[in-house]
Amino acid sequence: MFTDLLFALRARGLPIGAGEWLVFLDGLQRGLASDVDALYRFGRSVLCRSEADYDAFDLAFTDTFGGAAVSPEVAAALAAWLEAAAAFNPDAPPPPELDPEKLWEEFLKRLAEQKGRHSGGNHWIGTGGTSPFGHSGRNPNGMRVGGAPRGGGGRGGAVQLAEERRWANYRDDRVLDVRDLEVALRMLRAFRRDGPVELDLDETIRKTCENAGDVELIERPARKNQVHLVLMMDAGGSMAPHAEKVERLFSAASRMRVFKSFKAYYFHNCVYDRIYTDMEQLRRVSTAQVIDGLGPRHRVFMVGDASMAPYELFQSYGWLGREGVPGVDWLRRIARRSPGSAWLNPDPEQYWQHPTVAAIGRIFPMFPLTVAGLRSAVRAVRVPRARPHVA
Amino acid sequence: MGFDRFHGTATYIADPDLLSSVNAAIALGRPLLVKGEPGTGKTRLAHAVAQALGYPLLGWHVKSTTKAQEGLYTYDVVQRLNDSRFGDHDVSDIRRYIKLGVLGRAFTAKEPTVVLIDEIDKADVEFPNDLLRELDEMAFSIHELDETVTARHRPVTIITSNAEKELPDAFLRRCIFHYIAFPDRERMTEIVRVHLPAVDQVLLDAAMDRFFAIRKVGGIRKAPSTSELVDWLTVLVKAGLDPERVRREDPFLGLLLKQEQDQAALGTQRRRG
Repeated sequence: MFTDLLFALRARGLPIGAGEWLVFLDGLQRGLASDVDALYRFGRSVLCRSEADYDAFDLAFTDTFGGAAVSPEVAAALAAWLEAAAAFNPDAPPPPELDPEKLWEEFLKRLAEQKGRHSGGNHWIGTGGTSPFGHSGRNPNGMRVGGAPRGGGGRGGAVQLAEERRWANYRDDRVLDVRDLEVALRMLRAFRRDGPVELDLDETIRKTCENAGDVELIERPARKNQVHLVLMMDAGGSMAPHAEKVERLFSAASRMRVFKSFKAYYFHNCVYDRIYTDMEQLRRVSTAQVIDGLGPRHRVFMVGDASMAPYELFQSYGWLGREGVPGVDWLRRIARRSPGSAWLNPDPEQYWQHPTVAAIGRIFPMFPLTVAGLRSAVRAVRVPRARPHVA
Repeated sequence: MGFDRFHGTATYIADPDLLSSVNAAIALGRPLLVKGEPGTGKTRLAHAVAQALGYPLLGWHVKSTTKAQEGLYTYDVVQRLNDSRFGDHDVSDIRRYIKLGVLGRAFTAKEPTVVLIDEIDKADVEFPNDLLRELDEMAFSIHELDETVTARHRPVTIITSNAEKELPDAFLRRCIFHYIAFPDRERMTEIVRVHLPAVDQVLLDAAMDRFFAIRKVGGIRKAPSTSELVDWLTVLVKAGLDPERVRREDPFLGLLLKQEQDQAALGTQRRRG
């Protein structure tokens, strides 16, 4: 029945790996969860990695153990399991240090044996035994287990707490403040030692002492951040409701000073042959020039709702487009020139059905403008090979 | 010894969620990562756990310049050179110049210890990654001596973070995680009573009302936390202020809101409402 919890957690987006799940099962075996409340608390402390995960955990826990119609048998099964777990000797010595590779192998083996979500899903968890996995077979159909801890006398406190979703405010798919955005952007940094040569004082002292006092100067190139950050923001009319969000992203990016350079540009609805360097759209530069200036170390975030009249995107006489290149081609040029680019959309994802949004989504990977969205976008634009050695 | 080894202490009030996480970390021998708003007692938790278990506490207060190596051991090569030139010590014994750091001392201690790694997010982004193996296997090697130090007792490890930096996934996977929620009114009353047992209930109510109201004011950048409330109440008691005046005027506001803009934001709110 705990496998159901695993699937529910993964369905809610918690990236639980074999390691954590085995720790969880191991803890259950050793009686760390003797009732539903303890199960909830223990599970949360092992399976969540951040307070942002708590809400998803609550939801998954409710999905699994908080069903509206809880059959008494299910409640009894859970109670029996928990009692057996509680009877397990808690004074047992800590588990032997298992080789992680072996655990992983074992996990894969069990996973292969398991035919599907509901058949033999709890093959590797049970009430007793000494194997690190155990088995019970108590629950061959992978049933849903109710929240009543013992005797079916009402719902467990933990389930109730989970259902209250006290942690909803800590989710990271909300738009949070500038600092959170900064933390997310910081992941873009890629350091490399190729700045001007500097004296490595610690190493010099060490070497000199090892030479019994003969001074040996050790030099190394300074650590420098290689990443240039470019923001291109839609300042068109439909963006007015999102002005505050975009403003926050802008201040986070401009405040950081960790990038080799930071440039912000503005456009109206879509990018055409001119792009603006101020929000009032008075000072313009040639888009072609800006694109020429982009290199492999530039990370470009396009910010906009991507919703416009189709002709604004596709036809060559787009807004002020005198050169006759449709907006969509300008976007393609940016994406081609700078593979490390992504689109941040301040509209919630359910509004992304618009045709121009879909079209732009095929050019740039698109993410919602939330802290979690920005984080995913950062991950997407960090080209994997661009993880240089950090000395 | 059973599972529930930590129940809080007379001066440290912990909610059941936190107790469960602490006990899970102890039972599984894994580090406990504690996050939470400043002033929710993250650091004090380590002290309380050490006190409750009767283990010595080894604190490692991380700064932006702290290196992972310092927690294991340092080799004082300068001292050795100095001794070889001017001292009368035998410098052939490198062991004399190896100084164990906090983890090193915890691993070699004869009795179990509590290790506090305080504010791990202050250090460089790579810092947690550099400690993965040491925290996992509870062992490290001293290259100068060609020796491996293995923990006699897995220390109860408590790591605090203010979320200034993201911690790497590989590190998070190895930790028991707990987020200390800001105490609700009831628990806050309990906490305040620990610090100020004799405080007048009417004054306490007034101060609590204002405290929680101020925390809700929009646009405040640094909301007051437990320690600020306790300081404020201490001063209110000392000054012998009338609870009604506390409600009306927010006296000694500087103890609660330490930024000028925040005081201004509160002022704006008060004038409006």
